[in-house]
Amino acid sequence: MDIQTIKSPENLVYTKPALLNDNYMHYCPGCSHGVVHKVIAEVIEEMGLQEKAIGIAPVGCAVFAYNYIDIDWQEAAHGRAPALATAAKRLLPDRLVFTYQGDGDLAAIGTAETIHAANRGENIAIIFINNGIYGMTGGQMAPTTLSNMKTSTCPEGRNVQTMGNPLKILDLLALLDGVCLATRTSVHTAAAVKKTHRLVRKAFENSMAGKGTSIIEVVSTCNSGWKMTPAAANDWMVEHMFSEYPIGDLKNI
Amino acid sequence: MAKIKGYVEVNTERCKGCNLCVVACPSGVLDLQPREVNNHGYHYVYVKQPDDCIGCANCGYVCPDGCLTIYRKKVES
Repeated sequence: MDIQTIKSPENLVYTKPALLNDNYMHYCPGCSHGVVHKVIAEVIEEMGLQEKAIGIAPVGCAVFAYNYIDIDWQEAAHGRAPALATAAKRLLPDRLVFTYQGDGDLAAIGTAETIHAANRGENIAIIFINNGIYGMTGGQMAPTTLSNMKTSTCPEGRNVQTMGNPLKILDLLALLDGVCLATRTSVHTAAAVKKTHRLVRKAFENSMAGKGTSIIEVVSTCNSGWKMTPAAANDWMVEHMFSEYPIGDLKNI
Repeated sequence: MAKIKGYVEVNTERCKGCNLCVVACPSGVLDLQPREVNNHGYHYVYVKQPDDCIGCANCGYVCPDGCLTIYRKKVES
Protein backbone atom coordinates (compact mmCIF):
# COMPACT_ATOMS: atom_id res chain seq x y z
CA MET A 1 0.00 0.00 0.00
CA ASP A 2 1.44 3.28 -1.09
CA ILE A 3 1.79 5.88 1.63
CA GLN A 4 0.82 8.72 -0.71
CA THR A 5 -2.62 7.16 -1.31
CA ILE A 6 -3.28 6.97 2.44
CA LYS A 7 -1.95 10.47 3.02
CA SER A 8 -4.80 12.40 1.46
CA PRO A 9 -7.18 14.90 3.08
CA GLU A 10 -10.22 12.59 2.95
CA ASN A 11 -8.35 10.00 5.05
CA LEU A 12 -7.29 12.50 7.70
CA VAL A 13 -8.28 11.31 11.18
CA TYR A 14 -6.51 13.67 13.51
CA THR A 15 -4.19 16.64 13.29
CA LYS A 16 -3.16 19.68 15.28
CA PRO A 17 -5.98 22.28 15.22
CA ALA A 18 -5.15 25.28 13.02
CA LEU A 19 -5.93 27.65 15.89
CA LEU A 20 -3.01 26.21 17.82
CA ASN A 21 -0.23 28.02 15.99
CA ASP A 22 3.24 26.77 15.10
CA ASN A 23 5.07 28.54 17.92
CA TYR A 24 7.24 26.06 19.77
CA MET A 25 5.70 25.44 23.21
CA HIS A 26 7.87 26.21 26.21
CA TYR A 27 6.28 23.44 28.30
CA CYS A 28 8.34 20.49 29.49
CA PRO A 29 8.05 17.27 27.47
CA GLY A 30 4.84 15.43 28.36
CA CYS A 31 3.18 18.37 30.11
CA SER A 32 -0.63 18.20 30.33
CA HIS A 33 -0.87 21.91 29.46
CA GLY A 34 -0.19 21.14 25.79
CA VAL A 35 -3.08 18.68 25.56
CA VAL A 36 -5.50 21.09 27.24
CA HIS A 37 -4.38 23.93 24.93
CA LYS A 38 -5.05 21.64 21.99
CA VAL A 39 -8.52 20.73 23.29
CA ILE A 40 -9.44 24.40 23.82
CA ALA A 41 -8.24 25.30 20.30
CA GLU A 42 -10.25 22.41 18.84
CA VAL A 43 -13.45 23.41 20.65
CA ILE A 44 -13.19 27.09 19.71
CA GLU A 45 -12.57 26.09 16.09
CA GLU A 46 -15.50 23.66 16.16
CA MET A 47 -17.83 26.33 17.54
CA GLY A 48 -16.57 28.92 15.04
CA LEU A 49 -15.79 31.43 17.78
CA GLN A 50 -12.24 32.37 16.71
CA GLU A 51 -13.19 36.02 16.42
CA LYS A 52 -15.29 36.08 19.59
CA ALA A 53 -13.17 34.22 22.13
CA ILE A 54 -11.31 36.01 24.90
CA GLY A 55 -8.99 33.95 27.06
CA ILE A 56 -7.58 35.12 30.37
CA ALA A 57 -4.07 33.78 30.95
CA PRO A 58 -2.92 33.13 34.52
CA VAL A 59 0.41 33.38 36.27
CA GLY A 60 2.16 30.04 36.29
CA CYS A 61 3.48 27.84 33.53
CA ALA A 62 0.51 28.75 31.34
CA VAL A 63 1.41 32.45 31.52
CA PHE A 64 2.43 32.27 27.84
CA ALA A 65 -0.81 30.60 26.73
CA TYR A 66 -1.42 33.68 24.57
CA ASN A 67 1.55 32.72 22.41
CA TYR A 68 0.00 29.46 21.32
CA ILE A 69 -3.73 29.89 20.65
CA ASP A 70 -4.63 32.55 18.10
CA ILE A 71 -7.50 34.30 19.88
CA ASP A 72 -7.70 37.46 22.00
CA TRP A 73 -6.02 37.09 25.37
CA GLN A 74 -5.56 39.14 28.50
CA GLU A 75 -2.86 38.48 31.05
CA ALA A 76 -4.10 38.70 34.64
CA ALA A 77 -2.19 39.46 37.81
CA HIS A 78 -1.60 36.35 39.91
CA GLY A 79 -4.98 34.78 40.77
CA ARG A 80 -7.06 37.61 39.37
CA ALA A 81 -8.18 35.92 36.15
CA PRO A 82 -11.85 35.49 37.21
CA ALA A 83 -12.01 39.22 38.05
CA LEU A 84 -10.72 40.15 34.59
CA ALA A 85 -13.05 37.62 33.00
CA THR A 86 -15.98 39.16 34.89
CA ALA A 87 -15.16 42.57 33.44
CA ALA A 88 -14.66 41.25 29.91
CA LYS A 89 -17.89 39.26 29.91
CA ARG A 90 -19.98 42.06 31.41
CA LEU A 91 -18.69 44.65 28.93
CA LEU A 92 -18.83 42.31 25.92
CA PRO A 93 -21.62 39.83 26.66
CA ASP A 94 -21.56 38.34 23.16
CA ARG A 95 -17.99 37.05 23.61
CA LEU A 96 -16.83 33.69 24.82
CA VAL A 97 -14.80 34.45 27.94
CA PHE A 98 -12.80 31.78 29.68
CA THR A 99 -9.96 31.69 32.19
CA TYR A 100 -7.16 29.17 32.19
CA GLN A 101 -5.67 28.74 35.65
CA GLY A 102 -3.40 26.44 37.58
CA ASP A 103 -3.88 25.27 41.14
CA GLY A 104 -1.51 27.83 42.64
CA ASP A 105 -3.30 30.59 40.77
CA LEU A 106 -6.91 29.50 41.33
CA ALA A 107 -6.79 27.68 44.66
CA ALA A 108 -4.18 29.70 46.55
CA ILE A 109 -3.73 33.38 45.74
CA GLY A 110 -6.93 33.65 43.70
CA THR A 111 -9.32 31.82 46.02
CA ALA A 112 -11.33 34.95 46.83
CA GLU A 113 -11.72 36.03 43.19
CA THR A 114 -12.66 32.53 42.10
CA ILE A 115 -15.24 31.94 44.82
CA HIS A 116 -16.88 35.32 44.43
CA ALA A 117 -16.96 35.18 40.61
CA ALA A 118 -18.59 31.74 40.86
CA ASN A 119 -20.97 32.94 43.57
CA ARG A 120 -22.08 35.85 41.39
CA GLY A 121 -22.71 33.34 38.64
CA GLU A 122 -20.61 35.19 36.07
CA ASN A 123 -21.10 33.67 32.63
CA ILE A 124 -17.53 32.55 32.24
CA ALA A 125 -15.80 29.21 31.85
CA ILE A 126 -12.92 28.37 34.17
CA ILE A 127 -10.41 25.75 33.06
CA PHE A 128 -8.54 24.69 36.17
CA ILE A 129 -5.34 22.66 35.81
CA ASN A 130 -4.64 20.79 39.04
CA ASN A 131 -1.25 19.11 39.26
CA GLY A 132 -0.80 19.38 43.01
CA ILE A 133 2.27 21.62 43.04
CA TYR A 134 3.61 24.97 41.89
CA GLY A 135 5.24 23.72 38.69
CA MET A 136 6.72 26.94 37.33
CA THR A 137 8.67 28.02 40.39
CA GLY A 138 10.25 24.66 41.12
CA GLY A 139 7.66 22.29 42.56
CA GLN A 140 6.74 23.91 45.89
CA MET A 141 3.77 22.75 47.96
CA ALA A 142 0.40 24.04 46.76
CA PRO A 143 -2.96 23.93 48.58
CA THR A 144 -3.88 20.95 46.41
CA THR A 145 -0.75 18.92 47.26
CA LEU A 146 -1.74 15.47 48.50
CA SER A 147 -1.07 14.46 52.09
CA ASN A 148 2.37 12.85 52.44
CA MET A 149 3.32 14.01 48.93
CA LYS A 150 6.91 15.19 48.75
CA THR A 151 7.62 18.60 47.23
CA SER A 152 10.61 20.93 47.39
CA THR A 153 9.12 22.83 50.36
CA CYS A 154 7.89 19.74 52.20
CA PRO A 155 10.67 17.23 51.49
CA GLU A 156 9.40 14.90 54.22
CA GLY A 157 5.93 14.83 52.68
CA ARG A 158 2.95 17.08 53.41
CA ASN A 159 2.02 16.75 57.06
CA VAL A 160 -1.70 17.49 57.33
CA GLN A 161 -1.35 18.34 61.05
CA THR A 162 0.87 21.34 60.38
CA MET A 163 0.35 22.08 56.67
CA GLY A 164 -3.37 21.55 56.27
CA ASN A 165 -5.36 19.17 54.14
CA PRO A 166 -5.45 19.09 50.34
CA LEU A 167 -7.92 21.76 49.23
CA LYS A 168 -10.77 20.34 47.16
CA ILE A 169 -11.78 23.67 45.75
CA LEU A 170 -14.07 22.17 43.11
CA ASP A 171 -16.21 20.64 45.85
CA LEU A 172 -16.48 24.07 47.47
CA LEU A 173 -17.38 25.75 44.19
CA ALA A 174 -19.99 23.12 43.30
CA LEU A 175 -22.01 24.19 46.36
CA LEU A 176 -22.49 27.72 45.03
CA ASP A 177 -25.77 28.59 43.31
CA GLY A 178 -24.05 30.55 40.52
CA VAL A 179 -22.22 27.48 39.25
CA CYS A 180 -23.92 25.46 36.50
CA LEU A 181 -21.14 23.01 35.69
CA ALA A 182 -18.49 21.70 38.08
CA THR A 183 -16.69 18.68 36.79
CA ARG A 184 -13.38 16.92 37.15
CA THR A 185 -11.58 15.27 34.27
CA SER A 186 -8.10 14.33 33.06
CA VAL A 187 -6.12 14.10 29.82
CA HIS A 188 -3.89 11.06 30.31
CA THR A 189 -5.54 8.75 27.74
CA ALA A 190 -7.22 9.27 24.37
CA ALA A 191 -10.63 8.50 25.92
CA ALA A 192 -10.04 11.05 28.69
CA VAL A 193 -8.99 13.68 26.14
CA LYS A 194 -12.21 13.10 24.16
CA LYS A 195 -14.27 13.41 27.34
CA THR A 196 -12.47 16.62 28.27
CA HIS A 197 -13.23 17.92 24.76
CA ARG A 198 -16.97 17.32 25.32
CA LEU A 199 -16.87 19.00 28.73
CA VAL A 200 -14.98 22.05 27.48
CA ARG A 201 -17.56 22.38 24.69
CA LYS A 202 -20.37 22.17 27.26
CA ALA A 203 -18.69 24.83 29.42
CA PHE A 204 -18.23 27.17 26.46
CA GLU A 205 -21.86 26.64 25.42
CA ASN A 206 -22.95 27.48 28.98
CA SER A 207 -20.90 30.67 28.82
CA MET A 208 -22.49 31.71 25.52
CA ALA A 209 -26.00 30.78 26.74
CA GLY A 210 -25.55 32.78 29.96
CA LYS A 211 -26.27 29.87 32.26
CA GLY A 212 -23.68 30.72 34.90
CA THR A 213 -20.14 29.80 35.82
CA SER A 214 -18.70 26.54 34.48
CA ILE A 215 -15.63 25.06 36.14
CA ILE A 216 -13.63 22.20 34.65
CA GLU A 217 -10.88 20.81 36.83
CA VAL A 218 -8.32 18.90 34.78
CA VAL A 219 -6.34 16.60 37.08
CA SER A 220 -2.91 16.85 35.48
CA THR A 221 0.66 15.80 35.82
CA CYS A 222 3.79 17.86 36.35
CA ASN A 223 6.45 15.32 35.54
CA SER A 224 9.33 17.79 36.03
CA GLY A 225 8.03 18.86 39.42
CA TRP A 226 7.20 15.33 40.46
CA LYS A 227 10.63 14.15 39.22
CA MET A 228 9.26 11.36 37.04
CA THR A 229 9.09 10.47 33.37
CA PRO A 230 5.86 11.60 31.67
CA ALA A 231 4.50 8.04 31.43
CA ALA A 232 5.36 7.29 35.09
CA ALA A 233 3.74 10.60 36.12
CA ASN A 234 0.51 9.54 34.40
CA ASP A 235 0.54 6.23 36.30
CA TRP A 236 1.29 8.02 39.56
CA MET A 237 -1.60 10.39 38.93
CA VAL A 238 -4.03 7.51 38.31
CA GLU A 239 -2.83 5.74 41.44
CA HIS A 240 -2.68 8.67 43.87
CA MET A 241 -4.43 11.77 42.57
CA PHE A 242 -7.70 10.13 41.49
CA SER A 243 -8.49 8.86 44.99
CA GLU A 244 -8.24 12.40 46.37
CA TYR A 245 -9.72 14.11 43.31
CA PRO A 246 -12.24 11.63 41.85
CA ILE A 247 -13.10 12.06 38.18
CA GLY A 248 -16.70 12.91 37.31
CA ASP A 249 -19.41 15.55 37.48
CA LEU A 250 -20.12 17.25 40.77
CA LYS A 251 -22.74 19.46 39.22
CA ASN A 252 -24.08 19.59 35.68
CA ILE A 253 -27.32 21.50 35.15
CA MET B 1 -11.61 -8.96 3.95
CA ALA B 2 -11.29 -5.23 4.34
CA LYS B 3 -8.33 -4.08 6.34
CA ILE B 4 -7.76 -0.76 8.04
CA LYS B 5 -4.49 0.86 7.21
CA GLY B 6 -3.16 3.80 9.14
CA TYR B 7 -0.31 6.22 8.71
CA VAL B 8 1.26 8.58 11.24
CA GLU B 9 3.16 11.65 10.16
CA VAL B 10 5.52 13.12 12.75
CA ASN B 11 6.53 16.75 12.99
CA THR B 12 10.01 15.89 14.23
CA GLU B 13 11.05 19.45 15.09
CA ARG B 14 8.02 19.96 17.38
CA CYS B 15 8.43 16.59 19.10
CA LYS B 16 9.94 16.64 22.58
CA GLY B 17 10.34 12.88 22.93
CA CYS B 18 8.00 12.60 25.94
CA ASN B 19 7.14 8.99 25.03
CA LEU B 20 3.41 9.40 25.80
CA CYS B 21 2.37 8.42 22.26
CA VAL B 22 4.58 5.32 22.40
CA VAL B 23 2.78 4.24 25.60
CA ALA B 24 -0.67 5.11 24.19
CA CYS B 25 -0.29 3.12 20.94
CA PRO B 26 -2.13 -0.22 21.16
CA SER B 27 -0.10 -1.78 18.33
CA GLY B 28 3.44 -0.82 19.29
CA VAL B 29 3.90 1.19 16.11
CA LEU B 30 5.88 4.11 17.48
CA ASP B 31 9.20 4.38 19.24
CA LEU B 32 11.73 7.07 20.10
CA GLN B 33 14.82 7.47 17.94
CA PRO B 34 17.58 5.63 19.77
CA ARG B 35 20.40 7.89 18.49
CA GLU B 36 19.20 10.77 16.32
CA VAL B 37 18.03 14.01 17.89
CA ASN B 38 16.20 17.03 16.49
CA ASN B 39 17.41 20.64 16.65
CA HIS B 40 16.23 20.96 20.25
CA GLY B 41 18.20 17.88 21.27
CA TYR B 42 15.25 15.55 21.83
CA HIS B 43 15.08 11.93 20.72
CA TYR B 44 11.99 12.41 18.55
CA VAL B 45 9.39 9.76 17.85
CA TYR B 46 9.37 7.75 14.62
CA VAL B 47 7.17 5.08 13.04
CA LYS B 48 8.95 1.84 13.82
CA GLN B 49 6.34 -0.67 12.59
CA PRO B 50 4.37 1.14 9.86
CA ASP B 51 2.50 -2.00 8.80
CA ASP B 52 0.87 -2.45 12.23
CA CYS B 53 -0.73 1.02 12.34
CA ILE B 54 -4.55 0.92 12.49
CA GLY B 55 -5.03 4.69 12.44
CA CYS B 56 -6.78 4.81 15.82
CA ALA B 57 -5.23 8.25 16.54
CA ASN B 58 -4.65 7.48 20.23
CA CYS B 59 -1.11 8.84 19.81
CA GLY B 60 -2.44 12.09 18.34
CA TYR B 61 -4.93 12.69 21.14
CA VAL B 62 -2.38 12.31 23.94
CA CYS B 63 0.43 14.24 22.20
CA PRO B 64 0.92 17.46 24.22
CA ASP B 65 2.63 19.28 21.36
CA GLY B 66 0.37 18.35 18.45
CA CYS B 67 3.20 16.83 16.42
CA LEU B 68 1.26 13.88 15.04
CA THR B 69 -1.05 13.80 12.03
CA ILE B 70 -2.94 10.54 11.53
CA TYR B 71 -4.51 9.16 8.35
CA ARG B 72 -6.68 6.06 8.01
CA LYS B 73 -7.89 4.19 4.94
CA LYS B 74 -9.92 1.06 4.41
CA VAL B 75 -8.08 -1.31 2.08
CA GLU B 76 -9.91 -4.09 0.22
CA SER B 77 -7.71 -7.12 -0.06
